[in-house]
Amino acid sequence: MALLSFERKYRVRGGTLVGGDLFDFWVGPFYVGFFGVTAAFFAALGTALIFYTASQQGQFNPWLISVDPPDLKYGLGFAPLREGGIWQVVTFCAIGAFVSWALREVEICRKLGMGYHVPLAFGVAIFAYVSLVVIRPVLLGAWGHGFPYGIFTHLDWVSNVGYQYLSFHYNPAHLIAVTFFFTTTFALALHGSLVLSATNPGEGELVKTPEHEDTFFRDLIGYSIGTLGIHRLGLFLALSAGFWAAICIIISGPFWSRGWPEWWTWWLDLPIWR
Amino acid sequence: MTGTFRRIALALAGVGLAVTLAGCEAPPQTSKQTGYRGTGMAQITSPELEAYLKQANVVPPPPYPLEPSDAPLAKDFYQNVQVLGDINADEFNRLMLSITEWVAPTEGCNYCHNPENLASDEVYTKVVARRMLQMTRTINASWTDHVKQTGVTCYTCHRGKHIPTNVWARPAPEDLRGNFIGAKRGHNDPVESVAFSSLPKDPFTPYLLGAEPIRVQGHTALPSDAAHRSIASTEKTYGLMMHLSKSLGVNCTYCHNSRDWANWSDSTPQRVTAWYGIRMARQINAEYIEPLKPVFPATRLGPLGDPLKVNCATCHQGANKPLLGVSMLADHPALAGPRTPAVAPDAAPPADAPDPKAPAKRAPG
Repeated sequence: MALLSFERKYRVRGGTLVGGDLFDFWVGPFYVGFFGVTAAFFAALGTALIFYTASQQGQFNPWLISVDPPDLKYGLGFAPLREGGIWQVVTFCAIGAFVSWALREVEICRKLGMGYHVPLAFGVAIFAYVSLVVIRPVLLGAWGHGFPYGIFTHLDWVSNVGYQYLSFHYNPAHLIAVTFFFTTTFALALHGSLVLSATNPGEGELVKTPEHEDTFFRDLIGYSIGTLGIHRLGLFLALSAGFWAAICIIISGPFWSRGWPEWWTWWLDLPIWR
Repeated sequence: MTGTFRRIALALAGVGLAVTLAGCEAPPQTSKQTGYRGTGMAQITSPELEAYLKQANVVPPPPYPLEPSDAPLAKDFYQNVQVLGDINADEFNRLMLSITEWVAPTEGCNYCHNPENLASDEVYTKVVARRMLQMTRTINASWTDHVKQTGVTCYTCHRGKHIPTNVWARPAPEDLRGNFIGAKRGHNDPVESVAFSSLPKDPFTPYLLGAEPIRVQGHTALPSDAAHRSIASTEKTYGLMMHLSKSLGVNCTYCHNSRDWANWSDSTPQRVTAWYGIRMARQINAEYIEPLKPVFPATRLGPLGDPLKVNCATCHQGANKPLLGVSMLADHPALAGPRTPAVAPDAAPPADAPDPKAPAKRAPG
């Protein structure tokens, strides 16, 4: 068991949301809990259904296996299993597994008396997924607007849904999301390189402190956000990227049916220069 | 957080929300599937837009019912009837009445005719109208691959106006200012012809007047001499496609699966209809409108002195079927084509057209 001796002292009972002491134990390095059981159940069922679909399609090439959503004609109702019903069940399993995982993180946070930053951050990723397969389809009135679960097929879906709005690059929320994604990688690169530069001094030099790191950026750009601040900034940038990515797909269709380039005509129509 | 800071933050958030929602359409929208489930091929339309199209595409009723008549043929009864001579004089007069309503409802007959001598060709609009009648008959008789049995009439484009709302002429050359300031080279003007994108705003001269091949993708992973497609030709093609989308009120997936734009077997049947439509527009512009250049007065010509030509929006006007697919030909059968087989249609169907029933794999287009 890959467990350091001092970690035992952090393995405290309690903090569970559901189930009391029933699932309050560890298997090897993993905390179980009620939500560990539900996460494993949903993940296993969903994966099994993907393999079942593959067997029905006679397609075991991992690139080409695809669980397709129902036709639009089924609206928000249930579809026959082989005509998108399995997609509906897999979607339910996926959300069940993701949410279970987040709640398992919450229970661990409670055991350790920590803040909920990690489950909150994971929650934004879940929100982005739910936006694609629940929020947008419900707003458009059909489960068929969800994306298919296949490596190639979901890429084709992304392409076609982008072209439903002629050029997705004009989507204002997409612009913001892309900017945050790039800024996130930029901030991580600056942070990672700064820490490595401080902890890898030249031959015979002492390892440098956060004071050196702060001074580096003060010398460079007149300001250092600080050791805690960089992590706040990083979390904000990363969550903003996922959040605006979810917004950009929710507004495509439910709140704008035409080409995204045309959306910008509000700017051309401003009364000051119209 | 101090009160002032909080108020400023709230105000900024409000402004941000207002900007984000500016010009948005409220759900629900209507959607229609155009491809296999899960491919993301769907048309999404707002009910407001559908209601607008419905009221903007009302077909005018005929002046009075068409009744059988034993009146003599128009060519025998009137002088100088060169196109519609094959219908009887009663039907001829009824059609003249309709054309007046469709094209010059305010001016009446005198918009095209000299009231002293109706047979005279001295008013230029009469010469234009004659050519347009020939064009209409050609479209209805020879381009059924595009207009099907619905066909077109003068009203399809004119809608009560002398000049159809959506026409184009070759743009004046840009003032390049030493190739530096303001050198847009035909790009970056948010105009309706390319659905307000930054793409080249005149895709019509190369593709709807000229017959440049409409090409985007090569079929090899790396560019080769045979498969080379320049960025410039790609942008021009996309400009034309934006025009098609905007004119028909549809998105790219109405015709294409973007997985492989050029592949006919992945495309919808509508793409074949559009393929013929592009060729039809070329013939209209090159054979029917450009030759009228000396007939038009200067005020009716574009900045380079060419007549105003058609594109997809001229007929479609935002609807995927002009006038929402209502045919006016039953009420105006004289426009369907020449009555006597002696007059041969002057357009041969394109020889390299794809067969809509068995789309060729990797056919050009």
